Amino acid sequence: MLNDALIYLAAAVICVPLAWHFKLGAVLGYLIAGILIGPWGLNFVSDVESIMHFSEFGVVLMLFVIGLELEPKRLIEMHKSVFGGGALQLGLTGAALALGAVAVGLDWTAAVVVGLALALSSTAIAIATMKERNLLTTPTGQSSFAVLLFQDIAAIPLLAIIPLLGVAVVTASGAGFQAPGWMAVAKALGAFAAVIIIGLYLTRPLLRLVARTNLREVFTAFALLLVIGIAQIMSLVGLSMGLGAFIAGVLLASSEYRHALETDIEPFKGLLLGLFFISVGMAIDFGLLVSQPGTVAILVVGFLTLKLATLWLTARIIGVSSRQRGLFAILLSQGGEFGFVVFGASRTAGVLTDEWAALLNMTVALSMTTTPLLLLAHDWWSARIECAGKGKEDADEIDGLDEKETRVIIAGFGRFGQIVGRLLFANGINAVVLDHDPDQIELLRTFGYKVFYGDASRLDLLHAAGAAQATLIVNAIDNVEGSLLLTDIVRKNFPGLKMIARARNVMHYVELRSRGVDLIERETFEAALKAGRHTLEVLGIDRFRARDMANIFRRHNVRNLEARIQVFKDEASRASAVKAGRDELAALFARDREQFESEHSSDDWH
Amino acid sequence: MILIIHAHPYPQRSRASRAMLAAVRDLPGLEVHSLYDLYPDFDIDVVAEQAALMRADLVVWLHPIYWYSVPAMLKHWFDVVLLRGWAYGEGGDALRGKHCLWVATTGGQESSFAETGAHQLPFEEFEAPIRQTAKFCGMVWEPSLTLHGAHVVSEDEIVAASIAFCDRLTVWSPRP
Repeated sequence: MLNDALIYLAAAVICVPLAWHFKLGAVLGYLIAGILIGPWGLNFVSDVESIMHFSEFGVVLMLFVIGLELEPKRLIEMHKSVFGGGALQLGLTGAALALGAVAVGLDWTAAVVVGLALALSSTAIAIATMKERNLLTTPTGQSSFAVLLFQDIAAIPLLAIIPLLGVAVVTASGAGFQAPGWMAVAKALGAFAAVIIIGLYLTRPLLRLVARTNLREVFTAFALLLVIGIAQIMSLVGLSMGLGAFIAGVLLASSEYRHALETDIEPFKGLLLGLFFISVGMAIDFGLLVSQPGTVAILVVGFLTLKLATLWLTARIIGVSSRQRGLFAILLSQGGEFGFVVFGASRTAGVLTDEWAALLNMTVALSMTTTPLLLLAHDWWSARIECAGKGKEDADEIDGLDEKETRVIIAGFGRFGQIVGRLLFANGINAVVLDHDPDQIELLRTFGYKVFYGDASRLDLLHAAGAAQATLIVNAIDNVEGSLLLTDIVRKNFPGLKMIARARNVMHYVELRSRGVDLIERETFEAALKAGRHTLEVLGIDRFRARDMANIFRRHNVRNLEARIQVFKDEASRASAVKAGRDELAALFARDREQFESEHSSDDWH
Repeated sequence: MILIIHAHPYPQRSRASRAMLAAVRDLPGLEVHSLYDLYPDFDIDVVAEQAALMRADLVVWLHPIYWYSVPAMLKHWFDVVLLRGWAYGEGGDALRGKHCLWVATTGGQESSFAETGAHQLPFEEFEAPIRQTAKFCGMVWEPSLTLHGAHVVSEDEIVAASIAFCDRLTVWSPRP
């Protein structure tokens, strides 16, 4: 066993960084590692099936972690895209692939099963790829995720129905014990109830008990026990283990242990998922490729063509932006893990012949390797289009440059940057906007804003945006690291460029100030102050007086912050500084009250 | 319609202005714009103010005297609302023929507004710029009302001034 571990780990450690280096992505790296060490490569490992079975647990862990990151509220908001977009995709792709299956000689029943099974995508590959590219939070990522979620749910009835079909086709088959339908439904409902009870009521008190022991490894053990336990409950009644883990994750998403669970599960998830991809690589039966190269090629190409086309159509119907439709289709284009399971079950039930099952397994495995390659092609293609578009944009920017000398760059065009930008645009001031969310950009472009895609902290992009000639840059990036990185790059490369920065919080403010930025706005400060003013007003204080009070508070707060920048950087003395600041503020208000009373006392005033 | 432009930064601390305003508040056909309350950030809504002025037959400026003049907010109101081409200058006849009543309260005694007093000038001298502002916009200047020594006068005197103010406005109110 240690020997096997040695082989897997070594293969991963060698292949994945290499793949990464050549920008092929980690998933393809693992697949190549699998092919290399598998029966058709160096033949280090032969028992592929058991490894695959074991490593499928990586997918379960992944779904658990995804659930943890999704709050139930968001999930409820998503139900439309899950059941609308998901059903649409499965219907369209399933129908097209079923027709295709009939065309290559399968009978109708088998064709429908195969069509639906092939319509399922690989959650593992699609989500790992989206994570790698930071796409999960974008609208396209969300749509893809919704479709994947629906597929996971749909796979359950699909698997349940296969044995029934088998009986219908192979009438002589006496094998197979089949529980009555209502029994299965009751069991499934019971399992769901168990998962929900565990997730909602049992886990937190148990986690509290375990956390109290302060033994890190026990906590980790419990986290694994939780997921494995839920997976077992689900598989006992024949439901998707991943779905169960996902539900448990969602139920724990709002608990205080969310991050602890996530960090503890993460490495297991990563390694097992890697192992899963390796096993997929190993499972590719190159013997079939040698004996029937034509058939395999037709199947893979036909499958990908039909699936890509129907996915593209789905994307169009559910409103994925036109630039992202290709990406959406490619992300979901591969066959999924469930495919292997469905083909296995179909073979057992007699729906598919051994030969067809092997061919289809091959098709799915090969299609999994095509996803990273298709993505590379997609990147190359869209980069070309982007470049062509950019050339044009640059040209009309230079035209604009003659007319308007003031030049502004806005980095980050979310909630904050947009307000700055709209104020400028409304007053006819030319600004170049950089943002990294392609959907956002597409939307803004339809409104006529000049927005460029890209990470604003990339030096070449800043040069392209005209940072060398610009007067100032508005740093409205919403994450602290990105904002500070941009600040450093601007300081270093464009010392003459003035910066106006958005600070997330006091620490960010301090970091920006210590980098020499002198115009900083804390993003919530003014709004909170305004809310404070309204509070005073509702309590009956004259509106202009409430404004005075807020002004005093602001001045004191800013001055205090400035005076204590050094102290704030030092964690230890911060608390006492905050306390001292509070006392000072109280004294300040007392003085102000005294002054106000002496000048505006009600019997001394008219 | 009567439009009262009221400018007091801290109305709760005011004694005279508040009593004067309270005395007329319920008159029919009256609109009160308390500028410090409406626009605490000096963000005067010029369009709304001009529209109200258009509807008014009588415009009242009610405020305490600060440093021989109007409070900063009312001065700002003059600056941004009484625009050229609207209130004066070519085509600026929006206020022409409307009447203007100035109601001021002062801290000093009436006697201090004299050549020998602390302020060295009679109070009329300080009225002049305000009156000229109204006249320059073509408004008819009504005899003004002034309550001197607003923080030392007796309750009775404030009541008397309020009644006088109310009487002056009643003439302009629509008859029921």
